[in-house]
Amino acid sequence: MCDTTNIYTTLYNNNKDIFAASDPEFITKLRSDAMKFISENGFPAKKDEQYKYSFLEPHFGNGYKRYLAPKAIEFDVSHLFRCDVPALDTHVIILVNGFYFDKVNTLRTHENGIVIGSLNEAIKKYPALIEKYLAKSYSNTDSYVAINTAFASDGVFLYVPKNQQLEKPIQIINVLLSDEELMVQHRNLFILEPNSSAKVVVCDHTLSPVKFLTNSVNEIFAGENAHFDYFKVQNEHNDSVHVSHSFINQDTASNCRSTTITLHGGVVRNNLSVKFNGEGCENHAFGLFVSDQNQHVDNNLFIDHAKPNCTSNQQFKAILDDASTGAFTGRILVERDAQKTAAYQRNSSILLTDEARMNSKPQLEIYADDVKCSHGATVGQLDEEALFYLRSRGISEREARLMLMYAFAFEILNEIKIEPLKDRMSELIEKRLRGELSRCNNCAMHCS
Amino acid sequence: MLIINNLKASINNKEILKGINLTVKAGEVHAIMGPNGSGKSTLASVLTGREYAQVTSGKVSFLGDDLLEMIPEDRARKGIFLSFQYPIEIPGVSMVNFMKTALNEHRKYNGLAPLSASDFLKVMRDKKSLVEIDSNLTNRAVNEGFSGGEKKKNEIFQMALLEPKLAILDETDSGLDIDALRIVANGVTKLKTSENATIVITHYQRLLDYIVPDFVHVLMDGRIVKSGTKELAYELEEKGYDWIKKEVYSEEKI
Ligand SMILES: Nc1ncnc2c1ncn2[C@@H]1O[C@H](COP(=O)(O)OP(=O)(O)OP(=O)(O)O)[C@@H](O)[C@H]1O
Ligand SMILES: [Mg+2]
Repeated sequence: MCDTTNIYTTLYNNNKDIFAASDPEFITKLRSDAMKFISENGFPAKKDEQYKYSFLEPHFGNGYKRYLAPKAIEFDVSHLFRCDVPALDTHVIILVNGFYFDKVNTLRTHENGIVIGSLNEAIKKYPALIEKYLAKSYSNTDSYVAINTAFASDGVFLYVPKNQQLEKPIQIINVLLSDEELMVQHRNLFILEPNSSAKVVVCDHTLSPVKFLTNSVNEIFAGENAHFDYFKVQNEHNDSVHVSHSFINQDTASNCRSTTITLHGGVVRNNLSVKFNGEGCENHAFGLFVSDQNQHVDNNLFIDHAKPNCTSNQQFKAILDDASTGAFTGRILVERDAQKTAAYQRNSSILLTDEARMNSKPQLEIYADDVKCSHGATVGQLDEEALFYLRSRGISEREARLMLMYAFAFEILNEIKIEPLKDRMSELIEKRLRGELSRCNNCAMHCS
Repeated sequence: MLIINNLKASINNKEILKGINLTVKAGEVHAIMGPNGSGKSTLASVLTGREYAQVTSGKVSFLGDDLLEMIPEDRARKGIFLSFQYPIEIPGVSMVNFMKTALNEHRKYNGLAPLSASDFLKVMRDKKSLVEIDSNLTNRAVNEGFSGGEKKKNEIFQMALLEPKLAILDETDSGLDIDALRIVANGVTKLKTSENATIVITHYQRLLDYIVPDFVHVLMDGRIVKSGTKELAYELEEKGYDWIKKEVYSEEKI
């Protein structure tokens, strides 16, 4: 058994009675199954196909503090966020270090039966509903997901009943605030029943200059003909490590979109798995990152066309400066019965320096014969001819480069369907490209 | 305004310009004609500061400055404009943002405050009517999906906005239909003053009926081998380049 496995096994053994005292039985079972998975499989090795561009184990074995229950933190929400998308009217939820911050309204049921709140509370109040969904996204995946299952105890819960529409988007603000190095694991569960719809915006922020390790799991269940729009913006500092796993499960004729924008971060790894469990589904996944210094951003997709007549589309872009590195893996699996599948994937990256590196690996695995699939990857520099054209009109080289970078990013920004969010992101990306975006730009704390 | 003195330039160590001499004064129109591949576009590239052609010797002075020492954007701000033979498409960069940035950079260079959004739109409107360019073009990304002729029109629209001192039009007439040619040529003529100058690179005399040149030069194999007045253009149209080749050839023999 390797050291990292040992660390979590010990942590689990020391705490399992405390967990069991408050957990319903099915959770206890999920946790012990997850631990069993970890001890049998260990953590992905350096050469592991899925993690070869992001060897994460050293981070997980590091001496981060791991709190299994919320630690009391002084934090005044009112003066914290002048942020984030001023023109956007949302249900704001704040998670501090992965725990639900609002201690008064931990779980709200709206008139139309929509429930929004803390997962920890929801487990107590709606155990049968949670049991039906929690950890049902996958049969087994990797040990990073497993440690989240084994240790996470809070996060956001959303339930939208049949035929109901959540008009205002939910905005989840993940605040990382600590005076010691910290590991944070939260778990979000979004359940959309047939013909319902919801939009979720997630913002990740580090607010203290210490090292953070985030390992989050999001499970999304979109019922028949449900519409879900998921938007994630990552804005963390260079000492942070962020691993996220999102599982989108789609029933017949459902339509899900996800957009992941990484503005800043030390080491970022985003896993996105999409599974079509019914026919006629649509999934759109967009991603954009801008990296510099020694940052590393890795997007890993797995799109499982298990059923016929589904469409998936993935567009991921990256702009890498300095000695930053990036990776993209896009595996599309078209199963034997999935006739009339349409799957499109594109990954394009711009390297601004000779030191920047991008590994791009689209993968198509097709077992059906009547399918339309295309995929492609490009890694290149800014177009010299375009640059000259702009400069020949009097635009400075710096400005011309910015215009071309922004134009490159715009294709993804333009896919954001929530208008104020699109404007805000466009502004942030522009600032980021100009080098004017300090990570705490929009917050009153201005920690360095 | 522009003095080119024994200018030589190479592309990949192959000499393309082999000693160009040309003087252009304010208020003048010069036409440059010459066979394909003779170096006309290369000359335009060297004057605007494109790096693929390396200047190996010679001097170019523009309004008293050493032009070859200047970076491309400063040349543009100081008043050089090239209407490209092959304008490229730049998806994602809007015409409006492009021209607003360019115009304000010119203004900054000349010590002027940037134009307000509404003033800029007013200027856009005026210049649009000058070249009769459609709004649905100027509302799009730079040249994206424009037809060949629309791209050429768009070059002259940009010229109208930036009001250069020296405009170099590289085969602006190619790809334009008969009406568009007249509109574009008239636009160029309207922009003409005694303060600015134009170099027109073309293969066809037709354009020169609209933009009447004071001088016509023949560029052949990297040199200006013959200069004359507008009548020379008629002669070329009629007889082609062979007779000049023979002339040059026989001169060289002597
Ligand atoms: N980027 C380049 N790389 C290599 N050779 C080039 C390049 N650009 C131009 N040349 C060569 O330089 C020579 C001059 O080309 P140039 O484009 O200046 O000709 P031109 O007189 O403008 O011709 P045309 O009338 O066809 O436009 C040609 O032989 C051409 O092949
Ligand atoms: Mg040419």
